[in-house]
Amino acid sequence: MIETLGVLSPIPGISGREDAVREAVLDRVAPYVDEASVDSMGNLDCVKRSKNGHGEKVMVCAHMDEVGLMVAQIDSNGLLKCRTVGGIDPRVLTAQRVRVGQDNIPGVIGMKPIHLSKPEERTKNPKIQDLSVDVGGSSKEETEKWIKVGDGATFDTKFEPVGDLVKGKAFDDRMGCAVLVELLKEAFPFELHGVFTVQEEVGLRGAKVAGYRINPRVCVTLEGTICDDLPDDKDRGRTTRLGDGAVITLRDRSVVCDRRLVSVLMKVAERDEIPFQWKRPLAGGTDAGSVHLSREGIPSCVVSTPCRYIHSPASMASPEDAEAVVRLVRNSLEELCSVAGEIDGRSNWKT
Amino acid sequence: MMTPDNLLKELCAAHGPSGFESNVADLVERLAAPYVDELRRDALGNLIARKKGQREGASIMMAAHMDEIGFLVSGRKESFLQVAAVGGLDPRVLPGQEVWVHGREKLKGIVASLPPHVLSQEDRGKVAQIHQLYVDVGLGEEALSEKVRVGDPVTMAVESVSMKGGCMSGKSMDDRAGLACMLLALSRLAAMKHPWDVYAVATVQEEVGLKGAQVSAFGVEPTVAIAIDVAHGNMPGTDEGDTVDFRKGPAIAFGPNISPVVCERLTATADKHGIPWQREAVPGRSGTDAWSMQVVRSGIPTAIVGLPLRYMHTAVEMIHLKTVERAARLLASFSAELGEEALQWVGLSPVDLEARRRGEKDD
Amino acid sequence: MEDLIKRLSEAYGPSGAEEGIREMIQGEIEDCVDEMRVDTMGNLIARKKVGEGPRVMIAAHMDEIGLIVTHVDEKGFLRVAPVGGVHPLYVSACTFVFQDGVVATAGVEPVKDGKIPSMDKMYLDVGAPNKKECPVSVGDVAVYQVPFQSQCGRWIGKSMDDRIGCAILVQLLKEISSGASELFAVFTVQEELGCRGAVTSAFGVDPQIALAVDVTRTGDVPECQPMEVSLGKGPAVKVKDSGMIAHPEVRKRLVELAEEKQIPYQLEVLTAGATDAMSMQLTKEGVPAGCLSIPSRYVHQPGQIVDASDSRNAVELLKAFLEKPPCQG
Repeated sequence: MIETLGVLSPIPGISGREDAVREAVLDRVAPYVDEASVDSMGNLDCVKRSKNGHGEKVMVCAHMDEVGLMVAQIDSNGLLKCRTVGGIDPRVLTAQRVRVGQDNIPGVIGMKPIHLSKPEERTKNPKIQDLSVDVGGSSKEETEKWIKVGDGATFDTKFEPVGDLVKGKAFDDRMGCAVLVELLKEAFPFELHGVFTVQEEVGLRGAKVAGYRINPRVCVTLEGTICDDLPDDKDRGRTTRLGDGAVITLRDRSVVCDRRLVSVLMKVAERDEIPFQWKRPLAGGTDAGSVHLSREGIPSCVVSTPCRYIHSPASMASPEDAEAVVRLVRNSLEELCSVAGEIDGRSNWKT
Repeated sequence: MMTPDNLLKELCAAHGPSGFESNVADLVERLAAPYVDELRRDALGNLIARKKGQREGASIMMAAHMDEIGFLVSGRKESFLQVAAVGGLDPRVLPGQEVWVHGREKLKGIVASLPPHVLSQEDRGKVAQIHQLYVDVGLGEEALSEKVRVGDPVTMAVESVSMKGGCMSGKSMDDRAGLACMLLALSRLAAMKHPWDVYAVATVQEEVGLKGAQVSAFGVEPTVAIAIDVAHGNMPGTDEGDTVDFRKGPAIAFGPNISPVVCERLTATADKHGIPWQREAVPGRSGTDAWSMQVVRSGIPTAIVGLPLRYMHTAVEMIHLKTVERAARLLASFSAELGEEALQWVGLSPVDLEARRRGEKDD
Repeated sequence: MEDLIKRLSEAYGPSGAEEGIREMIQGEIEDCVDEMRVDTMGNLIARKKVGEGPRVMIAAHMDEIGLIVTHVDEKGFLRVAPVGGVHPLYVSACTFVFQDGVVATAGVEPVKDGKIPSMDKMYLDVGAPNKKECPVSVGDVAVYQVPFQSQCGRWIGKSMDDRIGCAILVQLLKEISSGASELFAVFTVQEELGCRGAVTSAFGVDPQIALAVDVTRTGDVPECQPMEVSLGKGPAVKVKDSGMIAHPEVRKRLVELAEEKQIPYQLEVLTAGATDAMSMQLTKEGVPAGCLSIPSRYVHQPGQIVDASDSRNAVELLKAFLEKPPCQG
């Protein structure tokens, strides 16, 4: 699974331009799934028919898009003025290298050298309007030969092991994608829809249309989630901790996970001795936020791998945590599906 | 069909803040009627006009919003009215502004401002928030309470004016300019053959959450939806990365809110007919009807045709008239020339897994 | 109605954990509705056909705001985050209670310059000696603890937003016997988190007309932002809030009926705040929607105050509305 992550992580794929990621995912899953289709937004739906003809649909989703930049203007000096796609703190952009446009040409987000900066400038943080991407063009005309307004730019980060962990860009949510690819290798007694969604980072958008179209019995969202476990002198707790296992969400800003589904996850984790941790409540939002409000409501839950430094050039994660997520979700899916079946409030009128 | 400037003048002279668009809808209906086969209003007041194509299978929906930003009367203090904003209004542009209060009668009013002579140094530097403003219609308390109620709409009282350089300025160019484009496109289409149904939807409540577009798209279920709305034209004090050129033609947007296939066809159409256009990067939420239409039901491929506008959301919004003509030609040609390929835009595209397993790829 | 609002106000039911409220309401209405069901999200949907006419959905939300425990520190103090719109100003020095009855006092770390401390400076204290012996866990939600009181013709308690709406809707179901509509009384969940329950319940009900019954603030307390709504002057017919603009036909019909039946009413423009009407309005191809608001002082504060006669008049106006709903389109 880490090998899959190693393939998916470096691929450029900002929200709206997930094509290359989708291609790579298809290459990995083609041998294992019965059908695959792409909808008008670019969501990839990989279907595994149930091994016993069971008709219930289970949707497991992970998003293919990453945060990055988009070229808004090419200025008269040939430098690129960019805007962020998804949430990026401009402070992580300064002095970073990126890959721009269809041909992935290298660019640098330069920073005025310290020698030339005034003291008061050194204490101020840059805004995105203050930063430019330099691809080496000497004029607007020259740069326009290689880059167009609207082109995307992503961090230029190599995927590699670092200590006991792995490092790369876009673990949010190529990590989730890698877990989903792994899950699609299994057989299940229901119809599994492994949905690789688009445009999560700009508002949980792809999942909204995928959830509506598929209308599953239950939805499990896989994320590469916030791990902010730097030293905690004030005993304030952390969103998640690396090494503590699969992360189960109780509720975040976008969804209150169905408690009955959360109970199943916890029960399975304890029964199968899978390390797990609770995500700090109300941190972040995920595709489940869109799916659970689809039509008459879809019971949803979220299981994530903790990843340090998401939404910055280089994330780090533990392969063991990721394996825990795969095991937990694989071992829970069947019961999640049947519990969701009991919740279904679509036609149980009582007089 | 009228010329762009007369059409715009008439559209901008109508008053309809979000939630109160029926006047504008009546006008658009009258203007569109000669060029379409059907007209209806939906539950929220969207005006849906349909011009039938030669065959069934796909349809194009154009959307331009009828609502303008404005106010609602929120209270009365002595012989002055208090107001609440409808849509995004910058309080800084309001003091001294002339308005219409649409009560039992249409009443002229002024947004009160205190003259500099009586303001302290400190107060002169402050910005009055909307709930601190008063509107003076020149009536006494009793007459006022008879003629105006809480909830009555208030709009800017500005007539459009033609400027030099082929420009026009007035209130609610956002998005009467879009409506003008749509109407001009319909008049062109009257003389053209087009395979698919064309829907021109004058939407409601865009300024307060892109609402009309969402529900009308749910009802129409088009194959492709194109929003026609204003974009920020370059002007002093703005960053190049946030604006498009005021005169270089309609801005075709690129970004997650825009379907690459639709966009490609739009730009190809523009190039084919020699219509000048420019690229606009929209990295996230577009702030147009396309944002809500894109995720209706199982998704609709969307695109945005932007009309460069200066001084958006003020009473002096300014547009280059050529933009309106160019956008209208683009929309009409796009609608007429969209062929069989549109059928593939509807629904799902299956992936050939067999080929992939053999080592070939889908293109 | 007073006994009902007392029980509803004092009951525990924050967003995401509304079961207690739902069970109480089910007990109240089961004998006066044709059918009821609980949907996937937990919304309680009751159907009562009072005559031939459109499907009218009337929604009141069961959930209240609260605080969720995000961390239990080594000393047993609880760090919290807001469930719904809880302002830090209304946390410090308040008393809260958890589902199982555990009580907590809110403490706050000192801040410089007399500024309002942010939520991360707040904590709850249940008196636990340390983390191990703390009876509360991460994910538990506490609500305000305020005893209900009736005085001066007014009702004081927590969560009048929107237990008063629930009480009115229950009372409506009990009293209405004839009309020209098919009523779907929906007691929604998770309104305080963004009007979520109303989204899925409205999709299922597919109403032709929708009304929310929720509170609105008043302009009758010292130095407040101006607003034309006051306690005791009747229920307020909403024109607009930050979530929706009422359909003119719905608004006009409410005003006409109030004038015809001589029910006191007010007109409301609210600059900040939304209700379930926002979600119901955007269902499918759009639904003509409006809101009947109950004026309340101190919304999203522990002790909210509503007027008993406003609530009574709201029931009357809703009855009239169901007898003569506005026509379509």
